[in-house]
Amino acid sequence: MAVIARTSSGQAPAQRPAPGSGLWRVFEHRLMTYRRTFRSTIFTSFVTPTLFLFAMGLGLGSYVDNGNTSSLGGISYLVFLAPGLLAASAMNSASFEATFPIMSGLLWSRIYHAMFATPISARDVTLGNLAFIAMRLTLIATVFTLVIVAFGAAESPLIVLAIPAAVLTGMAFAAPIAAFSATQKTPIKFNALFRFVITPLFLFSGTFFPVSSLPPVMQLLAWFTPLYHGVSLTRGLSLGTISADPLAALVDVVFLATFVIVGTVLAIRTIGARLVRG
Amino acid sequence: MPDTSVSPAVSAPDTSATPSLIRARGLTKRFGDFTAVDAVDFDVAPGESFGFLGPNGAGKTSTMRMIGCVSPISDGSLRIMDMDPATDGPRIRARLGVVPQQDTLDTELTVRENLVIYGRYFGLSRAEVGRRADELLEFAQLTERAGDQVEPLSGGMKRRLTIARSLINEPTILLLDEPTTGLDPQARHLLWDRLYRLKQRGVTLVLTTHYMDEAEQLCDRLVVMDKARIVAEGSPRSLIEQYSTKEVAELRFLPDVAETLHGRFDAIAERTEFLPDRILLYADDGEAAAVAVHAMGLKPETVLVRRSSLEDVFLRLTGRSLID
Repeated sequence: MAVIARTSSGQAPAQRPAPGSGLWRVFEHRLMTYRRTFRSTIFTSFVTPTLFLFAMGLGLGSYVDNGNTSSLGGISYLVFLAPGLLAASAMNSASFEATFPIMSGLLWSRIYHAMFATPISARDVTLGNLAFIAMRLTLIATVFTLVIVAFGAAESPLIVLAIPAAVLTGMAFAAPIAAFSATQKTPIKFNALFRFVITPLFLFSGTFFPVSSLPPVMQLLAWFTPLYHGVSLTRGLSLGTISADPLAALVDVVFLATFVIVGTVLAIRTIGARLVRG
Repeated sequence: MPDTSVSPAVSAPDTSATPSLIRARGLTKRFGDFTAVDAVDFDVAPGESFGFLGPNGAGKTSTMRMIGCVSPISDGSLRIMDMDPATDGPRIRARLGVVPQQDTLDTELTVRENLVIYGRYFGLSRAEVGRRADELLEFAQLTERAGDQVEPLSGGMKRRLTIARSLINEPTILLLDEPTTGLDPQARHLLWDRLYRLKQRGVTLVLTTHYMDEAEQLCDRLVVMDKARIVAEGSPRSLIEQYSTKEVAELRFLPDVAETLHGRFDAIAERTEFLPDRILLYADDGEAAAVAVHAMGLKPETVLVRRSSLEDVFLRLTGRSLID
């Protein structure tokens, strides 16, 4: 029965995980929970892109392709749309994962507080959850990319690199949104976030039509959104046009990485503040 | 091996270097202008059961969160197992078991998985954590529910699971914040029994409660907290001896009669308390006091003679009841 508890004589060795391992404990926890819903989420991640590419790429695309498609650069609408949707769906999934689950861990199930009572730090809690979101995005983006290839909508083998590009795009949203979620006490503002930030970005960041068709002011505005850069990357990789302007691609990566890094630093702070407050 | 536990008055031989497991001096917690804990001093010795008794809002939870190294102290000093929470937080937390006031179980996992994943946070191997989980399920009388989801469990079962979870790292100190609040009497007694067994094994228990019966059952020594301060300290028995009489006669009168009785009992009782619904006469012989009341020609609706409790101590110290 020695397991139940140690005597109070204080000779217990400090059981301390190796540095950095806290992050993976949190990741492991999320993975354990995820096992239950894994099958259904994989199925969903197949169905969503398939439906979108059918309806918009082939259905709507057959009309688009009969008109003037010179602004698309002489490719079919399906080929134009598919990589844009890949980046946009990474944004959508990441945004959802960084709102309700974070709020639940801090306020509803309060499991982050349970973690914080152990040697796990606020940094571990934050990074472990972001790592889990990145893993989820990798799965979603991989399935999406397979569907794109199956539709014959990829022009270049570089599409493989569109998977990490989509994950990077998603994380550029997940990290700052997680930082925001930790400051909220109710999900009321999440609705506003989806309605007034995520949906407009989804529509106007070059996913469905080239940003060049927008008025100049909106073009400039679009340039400052992470999704614009995400779409530009995935599309460049899928079409194989990325090598034509590597500097632009580098700017895209740096822009997105900045969002990830700043967002992560802020998230460690806001999640930490909430854990300390109790 | 675990039974080196001794009564709190005697310290175990190998702990002479660290006489207190927890030592607080002038410990203070402020939230902006609000002072939740105001310069409190206390010591917890190895193997003892130490309690913070007080009403809601007295500063008990804030104190516990500082001991748990999740809330930084605002002022004063706090040493836990001879370490500083500000710099050694993770090392201290590795040796604490924490039972928070609100359940923090993962309702998406099974009962056993909750234990396993928690053990992993302490860096235990899967094999070790599995072995401990099974033993703790036995201890918490939850073996039959091992594979069940957490949500349908009763409140008492969830609390027992939380206690089992807090023991997964074989803690030196177990912190329990209001461990039985919201449970029915049967579930409370079952929980007390488990905690008593832990105490027998020499685990140092630190708990908060606003139930005086819980404090009397579980605590070797306690401090009474009120409005962010410690107002008294001692064993339940010594506190009662110091601040109350042996017995109490509780009298109920019709409200308009009760109002006319102020000062009438001074000759009968050492002290009287007029509460909204009853009058308390403090006397070493409660029965005699009750007889004397009748001899005065008064006819209370009901009379109850009982032993003094910590509730009376609290009333004496603060002029208020513990639970309002």
